[in-house]
Amino acid sequence: MSKRQLMKGNEAICKAAMDAGCSCFFGYPITPQNQVPEYLSTLMPAAGRVFLQAESELAAINMVYGAAATGVRVMTSSSSPGVSLKQEGISYIATAELPCVIVNVQRGGPGLGNIAPAQADYFQATRGGGHGDYRTMVLAPASVQEMYQFTRDAFDLAEKYRNPVLILADAILGQMMEPVEITLPPIPVPAPLPWGTRGTRKGSRTTVNTLLINPVDLEAINDRLLEKYARMAVEDLRWEESIPENTELLFVAYGSSARICQTSIEMLAERDIIAGLFRPQTLYPFPYAALKAAAQKVQKVMTVELSAGQLVEDVRLAVECTRPVEFYGRTGGSVFTPDEVADAAQRALGK
Amino acid sequence: MTTEINSEKVFSRTEGLCDIRQHYCPGCSHGIVHRLVGETLVELGVLERTVGVCPVGCAVFAYDYFNCDMLEASHGRAPAVATGVKRAVPDAIVFTYQGDGDLASIGMGEIVHAAARSENITVVFINNAIYGMTGGQMAPTTLLGQVSSTSPLGRDVKRTGYPIRVSELLATLDGATYITRQTVNNPKEVMATKKALAKAFSTQIEGKGFSLVEILCTCPTWLGRSPIESMTWIDEKMREVYPLGVVVDRTAER
Repeated sequence: MSKRQLMKGNEAICKAAMDAGCSCFFGYPITPQNQVPEYLSTLMPAAGRVFLQAESELAAINMVYGAAATGVRVMTSSSSPGVSLKQEGISYIATAELPCVIVNVQRGGPGLGNIAPAQADYFQATRGGGHGDYRTMVLAPASVQEMYQFTRDAFDLAEKYRNPVLILADAILGQMMEPVEITLPPIPVPAPLPWGTRGTRKGSRTTVNTLLINPVDLEAINDRLLEKYARMAVEDLRWEESIPENTELLFVAYGSSARICQTSIEMLAERDIIAGLFRPQTLYPFPYAALKAAAQKVQKVMTVELSAGQLVEDVRLAVECTRPVEFYGRTGGSVFTPDEVADAAQRALGK
Repeated sequence: MTTEINSEKVFSRTEGLCDIRQHYCPGCSHGIVHRLVGETLVELGVLERTVGVCPVGCAVFAYDYFNCDMLEASHGRAPAVATGVKRAVPDAIVFTYQGDGDLASIGMGEIVHAAARSENITVVFINNAIYGMTGGQMAPTTLLGQVSSTSPLGRDVKRTGYPIRVSELLATLDGATYITRQTVNNPKEVMATKKALAKAFSTQIEGKGFSLVEILCTCPTWLGRSPIESMTWIDEKMREVYPLGVVVDRTAER
């Protein structure tokens, strides 16, 4: 039995974490994600679970490291500058192969920036973000429905790969309200995973460590991570595409930008221009082959993002010069209107 | 002809430590403190439900030394990692083992807030007034005038300020249940330190909140003194700045 509820994006994340059996949440206040710790400060203790407001982003991510090491489901959330602060901890978590969910409700940058929507943390999210050769899986919701669904999925994926999974949202998705249809029943808090380092040894101790003094040993860890990332790219790629016949221009956009592109496509139709949309839902792993195949059906590709051009690098890697790849973006928390995007597309087609 | 010798085993490695060779320098106090912590966990009967968190610094390899579940934390964050473990598994006995650079410099935020929350964990704080693992740099606990590789003419108060008395600082927080400062530079103090550790871990076992044992330790390598001179240096120099004894004890109120 499904249930439709009107809720904010940030609230949907909380609802999903509760329904996914998340045991612990550690976070720190930063706009525009504050509703996440605010909601969870009520929901988690009421359900007998752990909510703790940490003294800093550094402390929060290291509490996540500690709780994740015990084999329970754990989440933290923040926004761009706060996620930057967490990067050292995320590198440790990825190296120790611990599962956790990290939410980034992106805001304008660089620097302290502002609290307006942006997508300028794409490189940080998809290239590892901290030191060393590691990656986090990155899910990019584009609706409040997906804020719920992807957060629920993130807990399963984090455990499947024993790897941090990042939800890359933005201030629009965090703050807007939409109906959410919940079809999956909530699950109870699962039993701790058997490998957990939780002081319950019976004759054998367990350790969690990311120090490997011998380069050969550390290289072996790196190799294992690379194998895991390769498996993600085979088993858990996600994207959505809508490419009508005779499409002239293919938008590539994720998150809020993709929503804006949908309106731009309708506007372009009124101008007798057929445009399509390719929306990656996993940003890491990135659906390179699917995008290349999609690009072959169109004349031109245009990446649309709230940044100075980050996603566009992956788009160019995917398309491999088989089609021209244009870029349209705005930065610093400024958000393009559907008109602006439609105009940019029209110009790109020389019309 | 063979002679039969009746021998009795009077001393052995504690079950609280792994059967592995430790990397510490000759004359370093870490070995003594490790043993005391290991013995305490065994004697309190909690070794099998203990999770230790080791730091970045000389004790960075301690995950191989303590015979319980262990986590290796990033520099200074051990109290946050321990908080994550303790909140997820309240029945576990959780301790951090941290040096002065880790705890009092880069990790000052985490230790202060863990104490303020009265996080029900035990902290073993090694104060040897120097950064050991990185090569003898000035620590926040380095004494005025003390030579280090980054204060080659001696710590100068005008440029680097004063040493931090961590135990006294934390004792101002209501959340600090039990804090004591000890040393291990002679047998009497070793026994006193062991009692202090037992009390600190008992504080946690009884659910009374945050406990910390600061231990004045030797680092002959970077102090540039022999092991014996280093132990004397603790009595002659360190104890003047860092007096021994119970700094706060709120166990009766909790």
